[in-house]
Amino acid sequence: MTFIVPIGPQHPALKEPAFFRFEVKGEEIADVDIRFGYVHRGIEEALQRRDYKHDVYLIERICGICNVVHTTTYCQAIEQLAGVEPPERAKYIRVIILELERIHSHLLWLGIAAHQIGFNTLFMLAWRDRERVMDLREIISGNRVTSATNTIGGVRRDVKPEHVPTILRGLDELEHSTKYYIDLFNSDRTILARCTNVGILTKDDARKFCAVGPLARASGVDTDIRRDHPYAIYDKLSFNVITEREGDVWAKSMVRLREILEAIHIVRQAVKEMPIGPIRIKVNLEIPRNEAIERTEAPRGELFYYALSNGTDSPERVHVRTPTCANFASIKRMFLGGTVAEIPIVIWSIDPCFACNDRVALVDSHTGKTFNLSLKELRKWRH
Amino acid sequence: MGLIRLCRKKSPWLIHFNTGGCAGCDIELVAALTPRYDLERFGIQLRGSPRHADILVVTGPITRQAKDRIIRIYEQMPEPKSVIAIGSCPASGSVYHDCYNVVWPLDKHVPVSAYVPGCPPKPEAMIYGILKVLGKV
Repeated sequence: MTFIVPIGPQHPALKEPAFFRFEVKGEEIADVDIRFGYVHRGIEEALQRRDYKHDVYLIERICGICNVVHTTTYCQAIEQLAGVEPPERAKYIRVIILELERIHSHLLWLGIAAHQIGFNTLFMLAWRDRERVMDLREIISGNRVTSATNTIGGVRRDVKPEHVPTILRGLDELEHSTKYYIDLFNSDRTILARCTNVGILTKDDARKFCAVGPLARASGVDTDIRRDHPYAIYDKLSFNVITEREGDVWAKSMVRLREILEAIHIVRQAVKEMPIGPIRIKVNLEIPRNEAIERTEAPRGELFYYALSNGTDSPERVHVRTPTCANFASIKRMFLGGTVAEIPIVIWSIDPCFACNDRVALVDSHTGKTFNLSLKELRKWRH
Repeated sequence: MGLIRLCRKKSPWLIHFNTGGCAGCDIELVAALTPRYDLERFGIQLRGSPRHADILVVTGPITRQAKDRIIRIYEQMPEPKSVIAIGSCPASGSVYHDCYNVVWPLDKHVPVSAYVPGCPPKPEAMIYGILKVLGKV
């Protein structure tokens, strides 16, 4: 006899809308079904109706938390289409804001994860320290969240030399508090009790379900686009790819916390080695027919862009595959056999971002059959 | 009556619903509740259930999927209730204004007491918006 526990679309354990249907046998989870689409806005279609420059601002708002990595990937894909290379200094500035974003995203994750296990003090502490990163981002780009720094052919704002000491000081403070959190995750009884042996994803399963990013690295899969397929200036910087073996929530937290330290290390190197020069070049945006793919390592894993140009100043097609989309395949395996109390932290342990993830499926409401449309049919259907 | 109104101004509880936004406003709203900005000093807390809440905070352009849910959440809240639209999306659609799956503005679906414009607005602006709504009570 199973009982159904619905969670969502509005639920305190979820910051964004999604619907989870859990079948439970007493305390044990027997099955889980997920329904998405509450945040589907139709961005890929809207991208085709704007020009390349306007697309940057729409792409930035696919996801507010990881907006820089979205625009970086898009700009790199379009630069590849147009056959241009941004100036060296622009690449360094991109890496600095990308890594600051990784720090902010992981600290945000840590705070909400602490909230999910009922450890509200740690939630407040993590968000207090996160404000330091937000300040650094504000110094560089003028905005706290959406940075609007990337553009096709470089960046729009420079890192001024007088800001470098402030950035380095902020990084020192962050390093100090991150080390404290790592100690906490190694020693605190509450955290150990709630996080170890919970929501386990084995290495084989991580490979089978094509998990990406910190989720895969926590299961021992050694994968990182920054090292395997270097973009910007990652090939010139030294950093370690963090992996853990356990695959439980504790390992996922540890991977993210240790990645913050690596990100701090990367920003320090980039700030020190940054060459002097222009930050932006002019690009002719009437790009002849060409196609490009671009992969980057977002805070949540591999982000994939495909772009197709057609000779005009707007793209024929831009396709986005976000890390959350890849990671949701493995969520069922992490839940089965677990208890109801684990639900919030296990959902949050993959760091879901529904704003990135939500897609549309066409379903015939009479028969329940799903179907696909070609690009031509979709255009006809819209007009 | 004056006493009841005085009490209603104290410690309003918020419920937050993202109707298809990019999560930028959501993280700024949570930032407004945490130590740097500390909205909790006014007794303002984020609650999980619409039945405990006084103010509904909406972020995001209204997607077709979220429209029915936002109306249902609004109906489940006890009187007196107010709605705050955070960010440009619920007011004007922002960058998503011509996407096929959004049905902005928010005030077509539920009555709105205050708009906080910005993409995303800073936590200070959100605090100002919430205090403005309290002034109306």
